[in-house]
Amino acid sequence: MTEPIIRLRGVKKAFGPVSVLKGVDLVVMPGQVTALVGDNGAGKSTLIKGLAGVQPYDDGEVLFDGEHATLHTPRDAAGLGIEVVYQDLALCDNLDIVQNMFLGREELAAGTFDEGRMERDASDTLRSLSVRTVKSVRQKVSSLSGGQRQTVAIARAVLKKARVVILDEPTAALGVAQTEQVLNLVRRLSDQGVAVVLISHNLTDVFAVADDIAVLYLGQMVAQVRTAETTRDEIVGYITGTKVPAGVDLIGTSTIAIGGDA
Amino acid sequence: MTTTERTAAAPDPVASDLIGSGVEGGLGEQLSAWWQRVRGGEMGALPAIAGLIFLAILFGSLSPFFLTPINFANLMNQSAALVVLGMALVFVLLLGEIDLSAGVTGGVSMAAFVVLNVKGGVPWPLALAAGFAVGIATGALIGFLVARVGIPSFVVTLGLFLGYQGLALLIIGAGGLYPINAPEVIALQNGRLPVWGGWVMLGVMLLISGATSVWDRRRRARAGVPNRAISLVWIKLIVIAVLGGAAVAILNLNRSQSVIPIEGVPIIVPVVLAILWIGTFVLDRTRFGRYVYAIGGNAEAARRSGIKVRWIKWWCFVICSGLAVVAGLFAQARIGSVDGAAGRDIVLSGVAAAVVGGVSLFGGRGRLVHAAIGALVIAVIINGLALLRLEAGINLLVTGGVLILAATVDALSRLRSGGARA
Repeated sequence: MTEPIIRLRGVKKAFGPVSVLKGVDLVVMPGQVTALVGDNGAGKSTLIKGLAGVQPYDDGEVLFDGEHATLHTPRDAAGLGIEVVYQDLALCDNLDIVQNMFLGREELAAGTFDEGRMERDASDTLRSLSVRTVKSVRQKVSSLSGGQRQTVAIARAVLKKARVVILDEPTAALGVAQTEQVLNLVRRLSDQGVAVVLISHNLTDVFAVADDIAVLYLGQMVAQVRTAETTRDEIVGYITGTKVPAGVDLIGTSTIAIGGDA
Repeated sequence: MTTTERTAAAPDPVASDLIGSGVEGGLGEQLSAWWQRVRGGEMGALPAIAGLIFLAILFGSLSPFFLTPINFANLMNQSAALVVLGMALVFVLLLGEIDLSAGVTGGVSMAAFVVLNVKGGVPWPLALAAGFAVGIATGALIGFLVARVGIPSFVVTLGLFLGYQGLALLIIGAGGLYPINAPEVIALQNGRLPVWGGWVMLGVMLLISGATSVWDRRRRARAGVPNRAISLVWIKLIVIAVLGGAAVAILNLNRSQSVIPIEGVPIIVPVVLAILWIGTFVLDRTRFGRYVYAIGGNAEAARRSGIKVRWIKWWCFVICSGLAVVAGLFAQARIGSVDGAAGRDIVLSGVAAAVVGGVSLFGGRGRLVHAAIGALVIAVIINGLALLRLEAGINLLVTGGVLILAATVDALSRLRSGGARA
């Protein structure tokens, strides 16, 4: 059994009196897709922002490669090889694919851009992900479809030699065919040994691609289960709080009527 | 997959599987790909070039004087300040910002220069350096207020536009006028290259252009990626040689109306070309330039990529103001004096120049050469209308109309390229 690349233990985060993460555990394995699901307000974004170093956790332990790690700034996260592909993708429409993929760390030779090398590396990276839909790496990003943009954003993370790629709702705005493309890409990414954390509301996507499903319910990790060992109904139950795995107590949810519709 | 031009210099077998980069295919395919981009809204300076040809024909047919060597040389001198001001504004327009005070910044800097030199007796190089210091300090202030404090550049520079008109009056004194007493400065606009100098200039241009192309192609070949058809390089060099050769030949004709011959390329031409080349190099080939475009395209994406957005913005305002001083210098050297109104009227023409040339007001799109071509359009309009001896009001109306027309084209082409995204 391989070591988890990320292990969170008892992670907590509060905004003033509101406790958003109430001691969350999470295990992320290299070469596997870990889906992070939960309803709106469950704390998914807060959990991810902590991993990205954007909003450090208040309490709890982060183990990276089995060793204690500090994630206080985005630079810390990037240094460990954690890359987040946000929902709004953060691409520059007016630049081409190569320019976007290398933005902020362009290759120089003799003080000026080594465009040939960058073009080649970008092309190689896209090919390693079996991208077939992009005709030219010198296309402006403004001319790309939603799925292609997602592809470029993910490829940028790969180009940075990311070891953990966190994808925030990568298929939310996509059509059927493009969703399929992106899910294939996620699969290939994990085949390359990258640990993928997939945040999604779409359980069909989650069951199609994830090895592991972690469910957040009101700031609590109610379950992290193997996809093969669970069912859609069970996960829906965990997400909505109508079902709780044996041995898990829900903390401080008295204001929510759980028993009503079960 | 793609049919790439494979050479022995790039033996890597993987290269043939590369994803395309838009450089494949011969001349015909390149041309059709280019036409596709134009139709997609990436028109660049094309409308401005068409406008320039149209205006040349129009004014040429209306005024017998328009298409004469002397007027051509005049046009070079008249347009120099506007070309440089347009290029200055590109640096801030690319960010999606604006500098309405660029004209008066040049004016105040020149006022400081002449007052120090003429009234204060400071040697002209020192006085000129002080003028530049005033301009650069102004840019640093604008940059601080916009990038650090977060005031919209429109407001900051509009305030400065008014304030600096007052400052220029205070420095010069109401109704005052100071001559520029430095022959070296006057020579910028009055001097001419010897006849052979023009040809040397053209040769240097061809050499730089050719050498850059060869250097780029070598580097791409070394990386194992395909190059564009070599014929495109030849076409570029031939175009420079023919157009440049014609211009140099015309400027080398004797355009004097007296016995003393006046011939040769005005010195201002190579000076402006040098500024254009250096600026283009910075914008196209350095990190700074790339980040300027990135911020103009999506500032948040740039920030997340680790780019120091505020720092780059600050520098752009400093560069803009620095070049605005150069523009002011060119404008005043042509007149030979500086008064309290220096630089007051030119700034909107500068914005018009950039926008007419195809620089987007929305940021992220445009090149220095676009602003230069746009400036020539505006300069031709001003020059041609003056030759026709129309009323001065017509001049302002036409320039304003062209600015709005160009901004409309900009907005529409943005809609079109945005619509292609889906």
